[in-house]
Amino acid sequence: MNQVASVASRASAQSINASALRRHTLWDAALRIGTRAAAVTVLLLLAGVIVTLIEGSWLAFSTFGPGFLSTETWNPVKEEFGALAPIYGTVVTSIIAMAIGIPISLGIAIFLTELCPPSLKRSISTAIELLAGIPSIIYGIWGLFVLAPFLQAHVQPVVIGTFAGVPFLGALFAGPPYGIGVFTAGIILSIMVLPYITSVTRDVFETVPPVLKESAYGLGCTTWEVVTKVVLPFTRTGVIGGVMLGLGRALGETMAVTFVIGNAHRISGSILAPGTTISASIANEFTEAETALYSSSLIALGLLLFVITFIVLAIARFMLYRLKQKAG
Amino acid sequence: MNEANPAPIQTQKPYLTPRDTSAPKLPMTEKVSVRDVNFYYGDYRALKSISMPIYDKKVTALIGPSGCGKSTLLRIFNRMYDLYPKQRADGEILFEGKNLLDPKQDLNLLRARIGMVFQKPTPFPMSIYDNIAFGIRLYEKVPKSELDDRVETALKRAALWDEVKDKLNQSGLGLSGGQQQRLCIARSIAVRPEVLLLDEPTSALDPIATAKVEELIYQLKSDYTICIVTHNMQQAARVADFTAFMYLGELVEFGETSQVFTKPKQSKTEDYITGRFG
Repeated sequence: MNQVASVASRASAQSINASALRRHTLWDAALRIGTRAAAVTVLLLLAGVIVTLIEGSWLAFSTFGPGFLSTETWNPVKEEFGALAPIYGTVVTSIIAMAIGIPISLGIAIFLTELCPPSLKRSISTAIELLAGIPSIIYGIWGLFVLAPFLQAHVQPVVIGTFAGVPFLGALFAGPPYGIGVFTAGIILSIMVLPYITSVTRDVFETVPPVLKESAYGLGCTTWEVVTKVVLPFTRTGVIGGVMLGLGRALGETMAVTFVIGNAHRISGSILAPGTTISASIANEFTEAETALYSSSLIALGLLLFVITFIVLAIARFMLYRLKQKAG
Repeated sequence: MNEANPAPIQTQKPYLTPRDTSAPKLPMTEKVSVRDVNFYYGDYRALKSISMPIYDKKVTALIGPSGCGKSTLLRIFNRMYDLYPKQRADGEILFEGKNLLDPKQDLNLLRARIGMVFQKPTPFPMSIYDNIAFGIRLYEKVPKSELDDRVETALKRAALWDEVKDKLNQSGLGLSGGQQQRLCIARSIAVRPEVLLLDEPTSALDPIATAKVEELIYQLKSDYTICIVTHNMQQAARVADFTAFMYLGELVEFGETSQVFTKPKQSKTEDYITGRFG
């Protein structure tokens, strides 16, 4: 150690008193242990939920075997249960929600970041946040008393009439206009996921460096070309993240869907027909499930929802991985 | 436009001393004429009655201390300020006889004809090939073989071909800073603009990459009209035929580079180039 350094270290050794040093060490240790405990708690909770779900659903799976997944029957009286209808309903409502929600959300986000005059920007952003803050029960009531009658009276008859006789689409939009049903649930869900996807994608669009956009404009790009060729490729990770957040919400949403889906344990070719989803079935029936097998079947549905969500996350990860590989 | 023989670029030594620019050949035509242009950021007047010519197939340098308005002036030429509300310009900038500040001017077409390279390299998140082909595909439908040629020519002109020809499908983001900047220049010249605006193109580059870019500018002026903003006065002296010195939003002096640097007419210019302020 040279002269200057030794003088400096002696000076610092004198100025720091021992108790302050001890206090710092103690706080540091407390922080380390505290944060680690918090992180471990998450793992424990997750493991606990999984174990409980598996344990609770054991009876249903051992009674019905793998057929539980491929059976449409749901007969509490005869105690015959199959999960196919709720799985189908969950997947189809989520697909409808995404098909409607993603384009609108991206449209809003692009408008807000690229085209919107500043005066309008704040009010639209606030409206989006308010939309996210509305409790799902309110969406449910609104869906049941306003949206469903409206669709029944004005939209569904037109849709049914338009596509009648058209191959595939005719079957997809067939049957009487109930108002409530899978399609209505999908619309409600699309409104509910919209603020999530919009706010995430807007935030990631704003991370695109202005100079990158300027250089695209500098080549003579239109706004559409800048968005599709530069902004979206640059932000694809964040956009997929936002979409997955919305999809997670759509898959698990319970209350609003229960109001408008019709709660029928059957699979219909038409998306206008009533159906059910996993979460709607559980919410509707857990009070009535008096026998062990019935409640075990409901818990098995819960486990399946957990598995579906996990698969969706895994697919998202895989897509991101592939995109990364492609981008090099 | 002659793009036939770009090969010597690879082998030439970069010039690091001022070139002999004492006798620009006459007659020169004005490619762009700036007439009494003012520019406002909201209420703040950033440019005050600027008038100057940009001569065809010459390099014009804009120099001056930070905040003097040189980049602002450059960004008027391709109307980049139009992307931002509250920024506006008045006056007249004639580009081939038409006022490009005219609100009816088609911006996308204008920007395709007046290319721009920025201070920081801005490769797009796509492959090296696509970075170049991107601009070409915007305005022209060319068959694959011709597109390949255009990409190769642009990369050769930007003196980047030898370094990237084996990895055209890799991401442009994987190149070094100097390579990225030359990629951006290649991208700009691939669309065959008539004017090339360079906004401090070497400020983020090391001396060797800077020398390569400067050499490139010198090579490009046979085909393009170039306007370069720079903080580096030696750079202006090395590459420019004409130099404009700006201060606090005003054009103090405009003239041939040799005259501005050796016999400045204004004392302010002399103070700046001799390093007394700025």
